[in-house]
Amino acid sequence: MSQYNYWVVIILMMIGFYIVISHGNLVKKLIGLSIFQTSVFILYISMGKVTGGTAPILDPDYTVFSNPLPHVLILTAIVVGIATTAVGLALVVRIKEAYGTIEESEIQQKDDEEC
Amino acid sequence: MTIEFLIDIIILGFLVITAVGIAVSKDLFASVMLAGIYSLLSAVFFVVMDAVDVAFTEASVGAGISTILMLSTLTLTGQFEDPSRHNKILGFVVVFITGSLLIFGTTDMPIFGDAFAPVQLHLAPHFIENSYAEIGLPNIVTSVLASYRGYDTFGETVVIFTAGIGVLSLLGFSSGSSTRLSSVIAPMSQHKILRVVSKILIPPILIFALYVQFHGDYGPGGGFQAGVIFAAAIILYAMVFGLDTARRVINQSVVQVLSALGVLLYGSVGLISFLNGKNFLDYSALAHDPLHGQHYGILLVELGVGITVTAVMVSVFFTFASRVDKEHGGNA
Amino acid sequence: MIIDIISWFCLLVGGFLCISGAVGIFRFPDFFTRMHAASVTDSLGSGLIILGLVLQSSEWIVVSKLIFILLFIFLTSPTSSHALAKAALHSGLRPWTKPSASRDDK
Repeated sequence: MSQYNYWVVIILMMIGFYIVISHGNLVKKLIGLSIFQTSVFILYISMGKVTGGTAPILDPDYTVFSNPLPHVLILTAIVVGIATTAVGLALVVRIKEAYGTIEESEIQQKDDEEC
Repeated sequence: MTIEFLIDIIILGFLVITAVGIAVSKDLFASVMLAGIYSLLSAVFFVVMDAVDVAFTEASVGAGISTILMLSTLTLTGQFEDPSRHNKILGFVVVFITGSLLIFGTTDMPIFGDAFAPVQLHLAPHFIENSYAEIGLPNIVTSVLASYRGYDTFGETVVIFTAGIGVLSLLGFSSGSSTRLSSVIAPMSQHKILRVVSKILIPPILIFALYVQFHGDYGPGGGFQAGVIFAAAIILYAMVFGLDTARRVINQSVVQVLSALGVLLYGSVGLISFLNGKNFLDYSALAHDPLHGQHYGILLVELGVGITVTAVMVSVFFTFASRVDKEHGGNA
Repeated sequence: MIIDIISWFCLLVGGFLCISGAVGIFRFPDFFTRMHAASVTDSLGSGLIILGLVLQSSEWIVVSKLIFILLFIFLTSPTSSHALAKAALHSGLRPWTKPSASRDDK
């Protein structure tokens, strides 16, 4: 029962993974990817938590602090994630202009027709 | 079963329900809104896990900027998705196998919240005990981010800058010289209530962004969160008063120069340390006394990060919005 | 002691109003009434919860930050409800009216 956090994280990861592999729309895939990313963040932050601790901001009233290192890592990861999502969305806009559609199967079809 | 554990279970349950809702829905607009709710719920979860800086960043970035960019993309690409022709059973099987392998892997992980787990034992006590003596800031996350691991944050700032360049090169430099009133990113100036409330709210939001930037040493905050909040205020202005008015207030070429300037500021702090005979980004070379040097270094570095993040978010939004303008406003 | 009781009362009533707003979103018949239910959550529900927290807190800095948040929520959430309603009216959605059962009165 103590590993409940990690199981739910894996369920969320798998839902995000399922959205990426089984939906054809490119924007939906990007949304699924960001669900996957956020669940990985939840995994790391859960690992850094200390029971009975508090936020890692030094204060004379408290002695036990949660681990600040995963927080630093995930801060960087969140910002890099939004940067890549922005570039991904720009790519989707260009694909729409080049192919006229953002459904994966229709793009495949148009590519096969041209070869 | 403490109350904290109960809150934990409930929030994670809500997250799973939201994720299932996103997977099932066929309407992309609803999926984007649910993804914003997902980000906000995970920000609440981060607060329960004592990760206040991370919660701040996730709420502002995930529920703010990400939702806006996805909605602008939806305007250009269409709101509904076609029913997928993929084999759903195969997808379920792959996901089930991967999931069960991963759950098998978690049985070896340490108990949640254990104070003697390996992750808590090696570097973390050093930072918690010594960071006040070596750097002098209460917020350990800021001191690790900007001083102990300053080189990583430099790389992160360059990644944001590169993403800004990437979006600009993909979606093109806009011809900002059009004088007609853009009617799609509508000047909601005929909506009196929105206009008045925005005029009241935008200055406090900008001041709050400055507060978050400079208070990041003593509480949750710092360059990233402040940059995103600043950009959110500018985006609100652009949405209510029109893209052309916003472009006249915030010149787009100045914004592009500013995004490079932030990275340059960060790099030059490192270079000054070089020129004073110490390592790259060693802040003790910046002042007569190492502790003061650390304070100056962290201040300048966070300022650089904040400037770059603001400029990149604003220019990405302007790029997307002028694309929407070109698509829809040309025939209006 | 009195302050404790008052703050508990505020927190509980605020929580109940949030739940009732959520129930309303499911049970009301059309868009505009559902938006009314959601706005109860935003204005009175969160207002009472923040008031309860103000009574519980010990330092002036925390009280002033909470009052800031309260003012911000009071400004923004009615505006967003208004913007939603205006957008709905613009796209042609009309409020639900009760099917007239009073025809046999006249």
